[in-house]
Amino acid sequence: MSLVGRLLPHPLLSLTLTLVWVLLANGLDAGTLLLGIVLGIAIPLLTRRFWPDRPKLRNPLRMAEYGLVVLWDICVANVQVAWIILTKRNADLRPTFIVIPLQLTAPEAIAMLAGTITMTPGTVSSDLSDDGGSLLVHCLHTEDPAGVVANIKRRYEARLREIFP
Amino acid sequence: MLIAEAVVAALLLTGSFFLLVGSVGLLKLPDLMTRLHAPTKATTLGIGSVLIASVVYFAAIEGRVSIHELLITLFLFLTAPVTAHMVAKAHLHRDRATAERLPPAAGGGGWATLDDDPEPGARSEPSGP
Repeated sequence: MSLVGRLLPHPLLSLTLTLVWVLLANGLDAGTLLLGIVLGIAIPLLTRRFWPDRPKLRNPLRMAEYGLVVLWDICVANVQVAWIILTKRNADLRPTFIVIPLQLTAPEAIAMLAGTITMTPGTVSSDLSDDGGSLLVHCLHTEDPAGVVANIKRRYEARLREIFP
Repeated sequence: MLIAEAVVAALLLTGSFFLLVGSVGLLKLPDLMTRLHAPTKATTLGIGSVLIASVVYFAAIEGRVSIHELLITLFLFLTAPVTAHMVAKAHLHRDRATAERLPPAAGGGGWATLDDDPEPGARSEPSGP
């Protein structure tokens, strides 16, 4: 491995850390930037054991599209959940657990899918199976569990499969 | 100036409404798993609106750009799902009645929280010094 490769095992993580530091400082001057770069190099090196593989991104630009889709769904989700909370009696709620069989294999992709599910309409991801092949999701209220699974697979998993190989 | 103030006020009202609904849900819903839904969702739009109101206020009325709100959003989106996931896992672990009614995993295996030794013999105990 080259010197740059050894110093920067995760270039994207280093870039993110530096950027977050500059944003935290709420201003850009030489000192802030320098400290940000030092942190961006030091933290990935110190935590290298927790990141054994570098996640491969096939389509980084699709991330932006995915983010927008999720952001929109979060707005819709808020209104839906607010409506359920305010208008439905507890006796009329149909909370249920559903199982989502996963085609994703990259840990980062599964983590993103689980996070997305928690932030979007009436669903909270609750557990992962032993073999990492299915996700346990709790629905606040659904009449059609199979439809929820199909929707999650179509809307989020299909997009994540294009981003992560 | 008046328009900016109106926008800030509208955003703050929207935000407070959704935060209130989140708290109402926490009080009203019947059990832990359904209660988890209230703080992870109804509040994200609530906090979001308050943060956007803050950005608009500082940009339009005080005339300086503040980007801390973006970071708060980022941290919120990173931590809320993880917290909810851990609370759900802890609940499954402690509540046998719920755990026994879980649907089976797609591959036929169990759920990670409940099986401490998924494949007997797969995990070798350290032997000897």
